[in-house]
Amino acid sequence: MPIPISYNFRNVLQRPVSTLTTAIGVGLTVAIFIGALALANGFQAALAESGSPANALALRKGADSEISSGVAREQADILRSLPDVATGPDGRPLVSPDLVVVTTKPRLGQPGSSNITVRGVEPTAAADVQAVAQPVTFPLRAQVRITSGRAFRAGSDEVIVGERISRRFANCAIGDHIRFQQREFTVVGHFTANGASFESEIWGDVAVLMPALQRDNVFQSVTFRMRDPARFEALKHQIESDPRLGLQLRRESEFYASQSEQLSTVIRFMGVFITIIMAVGAIFGAMNTMYAAVGSRTREIATLLVLGFSPAAVMMSFVIESVILALLGGLIGCLLALPINGIVTSTTNFSSFSEVAFAFRVTAQSLLAGLIFAAGMGLVGGFLPALRAARQPLAQSLREN
Amino acid sequence: MNFLKLVLVNLGRNKRRTILTTLSVTVALFLFCALGGVLDTLAESIKVGSETRLVTRNAISLIFPMPLAYRDRIAAVPGVKAVTFQNWFGGQDPANPHNFFAQFGIDSRTYLPEYASDIDVVAASPAQATVALPPGIDPRLAAYMVERTACIVGEKLFTRMGWKLGQTVTLAGTIYPGSWPMTIRAVYRSKNKSFGDETLFFHWDYLNEKGMGGKGLVGVYVLQLDTPDQAASIGKQVDAIFENSSAATRTESERAFQAGFVSMYGNLPFVIRVIGLAVAFAILLVAANTMVMAIRERTSEIGVLKTLGFEDGTVFRMVLIEAAAITLIGGAIGALGAKFAIEGSGFNAGGMLPQMSVHWSTVGTGVAVALLVGAVSGLIPAWQASRLRIVDALRRVN
Repeated sequence: MPIPISYNFRNVLQRPVSTLTTAIGVGLTVAIFIGALALANGFQAALAESGSPANALALRKGADSEISSGVAREQADILRSLPDVATGPDGRPLVSPDLVVVTTKPRLGQPGSSNITVRGVEPTAAADVQAVAQPVTFPLRAQVRITSGRAFRAGSDEVIVGERISRRFANCAIGDHIRFQQREFTVVGHFTANGASFESEIWGDVAVLMPALQRDNVFQSVTFRMRDPARFEALKHQIESDPRLGLQLRRESEFYASQSEQLSTVIRFMGVFITIIMAVGAIFGAMNTMYAAVGSRTREIATLLVLGFSPAAVMMSFVIESVILALLGGLIGCLLALPINGIVTSTTNFSSFSEVAFAFRVTAQSLLAGLIFAAGMGLVGGFLPALRAARQPLAQSLREN
Repeated sequence: MNFLKLVLVNLGRNKRRTILTTLSVTVALFLFCALGGVLDTLAESIKVGSETRLVTRNAISLIFPMPLAYRDRIAAVPGVKAVTFQNWFGGQDPANPHNFFAQFGIDSRTYLPEYASDIDVVAASPAQATVALPPGIDPRLAAYMVERTACIVGEKLFTRMGWKLGQTVTLAGTIYPGSWPMTIRAVYRSKNKSFGDETLFFHWDYLNEKGMGGKGLVGVYVLQLDTPDQAASIGKQVDAIFENSSAATRTESERAFQAGFVSMYGNLPFVIRVIGLAVAFAILLVAANTMVMAIRERTSEIGVLKTLGFEDGTVFRMVLIEAAAITLIGGAIGALGAKFAIEGSGFNAGGMLPQMSVHWSTVGTGVAVALLVGAVSGLIPAWQASRLRIVDALRRVN
């Protein structure tokens, strides 16, 4: 017959100070664990959000990122005229040959500088002559929303800046000027993109940025909406075997996800490395507490054994007590980790050689993983003390004091 | 009875608890110092790079090149002793694209003399014929100098990849497309932490002919100066020359240039500090818990000590020293362990960081943190013990 679990709950509450110190020790470990997962998740989410599975992205063969790629204007035009490219309401193909470069800007609030991606996109509203003076829209990237100011006008030397970097870098407020070579551009608006890495970019009209940056007739990537996303594989084969192109075709969503692979793997690895070491320390702490619990209840345990509870039941009971203690710590860890959800931080993604701002993302899965991790620590930490409890010499224990 | 001996006896009283606590302080301090080591390494990589060299790059960012014609115009600036240049190649090992290492196309005739004091040639193919080399180049590099597709690789990379001298390795270009065969003609060892040990260098001329169609585009220029104190003004002069040309430049010291890469890590140092604090706090809890338990167990014993005439202050100090001794021993083992394990293993995060180091100052900080944690964790139990009234202590039943 097992010992009721309520016995363990009462015991844990019996010594509040030592329970709490042990639980907080476990909790801090769990919090760091969840924090590292949240960092990796947030970074991955920012890049995953950038791509739509309905869009395809063409890069030069062999290029592993947009900045190392190059697509000539003629090649972009071939893609543009493919029947597989979807058309917008105005009948024009939904294509954006993008110019992608990075520019070095000083940080605000901390010393040093970092690279920001500058993306020249093809403005779509320009089809209508009336619309030339109107701000452009981005039907290909539906997640883009202007949050303050307005979009740039086609053919103008205006740019918009992603909201997440506008506060982190100099010269990114509305009305500020950004200079590329001989030409000065004016920031006219800020935008969000549902947390996507686009929010860490500067966007302008490719037709104006290209000559300003002296990239004559070479784009970095061509993104287009597929008329039928299910035909992607056939389309990929068709484009990659076309000798005029020398391009690779990838789903936009898959491409951006692959750009996050390297850094999120490093973050996860570091997180696991740090938490495992911390866990060893926390387990020793839990062992101490459990040994003390066993030591101070020598007579009580002996009584349980005499009453007919089996040594296995006693051992089980102490393991459970240790797990309860650790789970309490796990809960504290979850509570400590929750407030970091949504905090925006940024670092350089070396895959794109530019800064990506992203928000910590604490997911239900990572909280659950934290609790399981805590329970594991309790299990390991409680095992030896529980064994000792179960193996107590009865007569001697009862005689004590 | 000797005061310290009493502390030692007390530590030995519950050996398992003392050992467990010491071990948890050890692992925590190991982690604390390992994290500190990352900060040390980052701080160090800001300081590597010479103050007497300037680096000129395109003002927009590193990915924009500059014309080769800038070389002579920069060299003509008074105070500039020599100019060399390099391009980032960004090639991949076709067998394993994730196996990252750096490659640079260098202007060998000027680059090798400029960095001669940073490298040791450890192995080189013999030259087929005697050739006259520019002054300042190690004569063993003759075979490399005369072969258009030759390359020099760092010793660590050479070992990691299992390459052989004279072997032709083929890289897949990402920025410069195509496959790039290169023949290893020499292996170098870095004498200076700022100079990577896992880099492949090859002739810029090869890159220019095959990858740029002879357009002559340069990634960065490296300027050697007559005297370092003119660095700032020479940098300004160089940038002024090109301010209104097709590619404006930005010139800074090599040290500042390297620091730029570290600054790209963004908030990383802050995150590491937060984790370090959490680690320190976690061990504080473990240690405090131990001391509370130890004192609770010994209540009647403390009563006896006081009966024998030990004063409150002495009891207070005794408990405090006991706590500090545990954390000091654990901390010292952990901190020293981190220094020797990390520096000994040559860990460099897969080439992302220069070889890691843990400074003695970090070890010292770690030990100080451990000592402080010990003292703080012992404070409350010590205070309780010193305040204990003899009657209460002796009356209490276990």
